[in-house]
Amino acid sequence: MSVASLPGSRAAAQKPLAAVLVWLLLLAAPYWMPYLGGYTALGTRVLVLGLAAMSLNFLLGFTGVLSFGHAAYFGLGAYGAGLALKFLTNSTPLALILGTLLGGIAGAVLGALIVRRRGVYFAMVTIAFGQVFYYIAFQWSSLTGGDDGLRGFARQPLNLGFTTVDILSNGEAFYYFVLLCFAIAVGLMAFLLRSPFGRTLLAIRENERRARFLGIPVELHIWLAFVISCFFIALAGGLYALLNNFADPRGLHYSQSGDFVIMAVMGGMRSFWGPLLGAAIFIVLQDYISSITINWMSFIGLLFVVVVLLFPRGLLGFLQRGSVK
Amino acid sequence: MLDLYLYNITNGLIIGAFYVLMALGLSLILNLSGIINFAHGGFLAIGGYFAYTLTPTIGFWGALIVSPLLTALLGLVIERLLIRRLYGRDPLYSLLLTFGLAFIFQDMTRYIWGAQGLPVSVPAFMGQPLSSQFFFITGYRLFMVGVVAIVVTLLFVFLRYSKVGMRIRAATLDLDTVAALGVNVRVLRTFNFSLGIFLAGLSGVLAGGQLGLEPTMGDNLLMPSFIAIIVGGVGSLTGTLLGGLLIGVASALTSIKFPAASDAVMYVLMAVILLVRPRGLFGEEGMLT
Repeated sequence: MSVASLPGSRAAAQKPLAAVLVWLLLLAAPYWMPYLGGYTALGTRVLVLGLAAMSLNFLLGFTGVLSFGHAAYFGLGAYGAGLALKFLTNSTPLALILGTLLGGIAGAVLGALIVRRRGVYFAMVTIAFGQVFYYIAFQWSSLTGGDDGLRGFARQPLNLGFTTVDILSNGEAFYYFVLLCFAIAVGLMAFLLRSPFGRTLLAIRENERRARFLGIPVELHIWLAFVISCFFIALAGGLYALLNNFADPRGLHYSQSGDFVIMAVMGGMRSFWGPLLGAAIFIVLQDYISSITINWMSFIGLLFVVVVLLFPRGLLGFLQRGSVK
Repeated sequence: MLDLYLYNITNGLIIGAFYVLMALGLSLILNLSGIINFAHGGFLAIGGYFAYTLTPTIGFWGALIVSPLLTALLGLVIERLLIRRLYGRDPLYSLLLTFGLAFIFQDMTRYIWGAQGLPVSVPAFMGQPLSSQFFFITGYRLFMVGVVAIVVTLLFVFLRYSKVGMRIRAATLDLDTVAALGVNVRVLRTFNFSLGIFLAGLSGVLAGGQLGLEPTMGDNLLMPSFIAIIVGGVGSLTGTLLGGLLIGVASALTSIKFPAASDAVMYVLMAVILLVRPRGLFGEEGMLT
């Protein structure tokens, strides 16, 4: 079986129709969502957390390596962007870049330690290291605001030279700004996955030992995939801080990592767009359930159990298998 | 000055004893069944709350024995219904499922017993300091460390010399062969899971007597237990034992000079171990004892 025909690459490479449909839906979201009871800020959240889940899935679904600590890099992106806006700059894009760099570089350093292990051990080490930044944000309250989170910053209007776009008070303008960042990141991800590098990652996922025999430096590739995925998720974290004008230590906690993993798995981790679908469902469900019951945690927990037992391949995996039959 | 160090080392050993008890349970389940049990902290809290409910009727001593058994029974039911379906599957699924269970446990304990802290009342004579000079060593603290020491010793003796213990150790190394030799591996795994949960329940009762009960009490112990396992080396219970004590003492000693870094030092320790000896102190090749 050649690498090019692996199932994971199908959605990205061989289904341009699906991609066109997704982009059309996203572009028109502020116009069709109100009819379904949504609002623009909800759409922006789906986009941001969807990007986070897709970044995690770059590692989970396409390299076959489970990180259960990605919230750390998400949260670092958020704190990085927030601190930059608070103390360093009033340029939103620059703050976003600084946040992304902070999360990505932390991922590169810790990743070098983490990739030395595999399997269950790898997952445990990612969880444990993920918690470091939670404790730091929690205890270094003079800088980070501690348990209350980082406040006192706000996203600034974009200055394009000839005009300024007010992304602060205009929710739709901010949605399109996030969509632009999303498009750049997702486009880059798709490009990487189609490149020989991405094919190598798929080969490692399918059979690590065989990849090693072929002379592929497996550790280096897993490290690179880890770092790339950290950069993308840090960007998502930065966008999340801009969305809320707030960075929350709970965004660094391992329970947030669990949310990202369940989004990716629920949507379908072997398909490119699966995690975005998973994020949309998860966020809408969470929003809805927490508005009708105080025991929403039990329902979310139940959702985890149901997905694992009944839909381990995710909704898209479930549908794809259904349509083949 | 010496007193200060002594105080912190004692504290560290007591905290470390908790990490050990919790991490040994996690380790048992991880080694035999490859399941990382995120819900371990939830089981711990439930063990403590059982003790709270039982103490008025059967007293502290009764609760100390009955609540871990009840928790283990709950573990048995959960293993039969849910965990069993995860054996042999990607660790991803066991992580997600037990993660969801942890949510449900936390929510249910809060729903049943309320969000405020509750005490587990211990016999009054154990609350007294043993001497005026070493005021920090109360009878209860000594008692906790004693219980942990006895239970850990019994566990190691059980695994080393009993038939079931030997089967658990053998199945950890090679499950298929043990199954082929006619051992009922399904029952073995169920028993092993319940044993791990028993230890969690026991830690819950002991911790409740010292610190009181909260629905999230297990979460604070979960990460140090993970680190204890990683530092000690996955697959080795001796490693887990030493790892737990080591990070307990290390974080207590750090809190003398840098209180803010007392959590961070565990992670530094883990990073150093991973750099110098990636498989942990007693990692992988080691047998269970």
